[in-house]
Amino acid sequence: MTTTLRENRGGVRPAGLRGGWLAGGVAAVLIALVAGLAFGSVALPPGGVAIELLNLIPGVQLHSGLTAREVAILTELRLPRVVLGLLVGGLLALAGAAYQGVFRNPLADPHLLGVAAGAGLGVTAVISLRAGASGDATANLPIGVPVAAFAGALLAVALTWLLGAAGGRDRSPATLILAGVAVSSFLAAGQTYLMQRHVETLREVYSWLLGRLATAGWHDVLIVLPYAVVTAVIVLAQRRELDVLTVGDEEATGLGLHPQRSRYLLIVAASLGTAAAVSVSGLIGFVGIIVPHTMRLLAGPSYRSILPLSVLFGGAFLALADLLARTAGGQAEIPIGVITAFFGAPFFIVVLRRSRGTS
Amino acid sequence: MSARAIRVQDLRVRLDGNLIVDGIALDVSRGEWVTVIGPNGAGKSTALRAIGGLLPCTGTVELDGIPVDRLHRRERARTIATVSQSPTVPPGMRVLDYALLGRTPYIPPLGRESAADIAAVEEVLESLDVARFAGRRLETLSGGERQRVFLARALAQGARILLLDEPTSALDIGHQQEVLELIDRLRAERALTVLMTMHDLTTAGEYADRMVLLAEGTVVAAGTAREVLTEENLARHYRVRVRVVEGEHGPLVVPVRR
Repeated sequence: MTTTLRENRGGVRPAGLRGGWLAGGVAAVLIALVAGLAFGSVALPPGGVAIELLNLIPGVQLHSGLTAREVAILTELRLPRVVLGLLVGGLLALAGAAYQGVFRNPLADPHLLGVAAGAGLGVTAVISLRAGASGDATANLPIGVPVAAFAGALLAVALTWLLGAAGGRDRSPATLILAGVAVSSFLAAGQTYLMQRHVETLREVYSWLLGRLATAGWHDVLIVLPYAVVTAVIVLAQRRELDVLTVGDEEATGLGLHPQRSRYLLIVAASLGTAAAVSVSGLIGFVGIIVPHTMRLLAGPSYRSILPLSVLFGGAFLALADLLARTAGGQAEIPIGVITAFFGAPFFIVVLRRSRGTS
Repeated sequence: MSARAIRVQDLRVRLDGNLIVDGIALDVSRGEWVTVIGPNGAGKSTALRAIGGLLPCTGTVELDGIPVDRLHRRERARTIATVSQSPTVPPGMRVLDYALLGRTPYIPPLGRESAADIAAVEEVLESLDVARFAGRRLETLSGGERQRVFLARALAQGARILLLDEPTSALDIGHQQEVLELIDRLRAERALTVLMTMHDLTTAGEYADRMVLLAEGTVVAAGTAREVLTEENLARHYRVRVRVVEGEHGPLVVPVRR
């Protein structure tokens, strides 16, 4: 009986994460990991790097042929940076995918609700104040750049949220997006004003705005990790709900869901994750748009595959972009935001053309 | 258990402060087909959405004898299924996946479709003759095929009560008849109760057991097609000149130029 039905629908399987894609994502992460560790100012043999990675697993003791100094470069300098790239890239791509689903807008990105502008203002304020206080940009202030970025980002999202209630308590997606635009412009104006008043800090502020994966060892990784876990668990748990939401709030309600509750939960989780990512990496653009759309085009429109694949391929993409950022420019590092935008902008145009073609 | 599938009393719905539905009372027996008619803006769709639990309202709505606000969302979704006037077609979604959305009230949070869910959907797709489209994207289907897939999604909910908001408005007369015959067959096969809205009065009268005429948010006439579709009723509430002629399956409504 079942086989005849299966034949009738031509062996079509329900949407979901395919094993092949999952394996591909894991492979991409492993390739980015080994490449990110092997290449740099000192090149290490990829085989030895892979063996040293295995040695990190408790109970494994293999001979890699690397010197003690090379092992130190690997585990103390490169590994934290590559892991940070994987985490930040995965978070930004996941948050972008979640926003695109929640707002049913293919162009939604993680910075949509004012996260970028809020973090930008926070960071500019702290750097300017620091310079103003002592004339020395490296002087210690109780608030560091990551904390300022995190606080600014969350404050901006809260503002957007409050303003979004102006269009009715149920906060339609369109109202929230407009509120995000208003809040972003307002905060960006504040930031521009501060930058004009403290021209001497422009260089430092710009270096943050363009995004970079800080090389502060494992410290930054430990800052982001708890947020990454919370965000990933909440967003991935809502993957089927996001698929149902594509038919609209009213029909989702008719199917027994609570669309408003799912939406709030997803917005909070994605914003928290984005704020954590921004606080350690600055404003890295386009990852949140490029990666989910690539997954959508390649593996189908179901969020059950887009979300997990965005985490894996987003992480791999950013780790590889970072590798390019620190090796392609010779001595001076290219800001990673420049790399992602350089590849992101043309891709963005392709997505625009495609979405116009299908609608 | 009551023999009434739907019992509505003193239903009132406000949209943006305007009273759209103003005290509707309506009963639908198990297995009955009731069609709501009325001029544009009479509140047909709004009333239907409120009965389906999709809009906040005041008054009583009972489904199978249970007040709808006492049902959990998922339970309600297993009792009553709504097909709106023009359902959203999610870009890129395939027919099988769309119909599987109907199993949502059976899938536990964090869970996935079971073999039983997939089998249920396959059975529905077969029965509506759309199984061969299972792998096609919904937006590539014609209007009539799409309407059958919308119905499949609703039937996959396993609900005994079906609310249909103008299911034939986008179809030519051939496909209108085909869809209505299909609904009639499914109603008999699956012991469904059908409450729907419709604009084409003659066709509505031919298929419905009973009709309800709404005007300005209230019920102004109810009963069999012969009782509701009178020249006087239509002249008063639709402001139209019509001739009502006795037909093979009920009254035929023919508009006449003033």
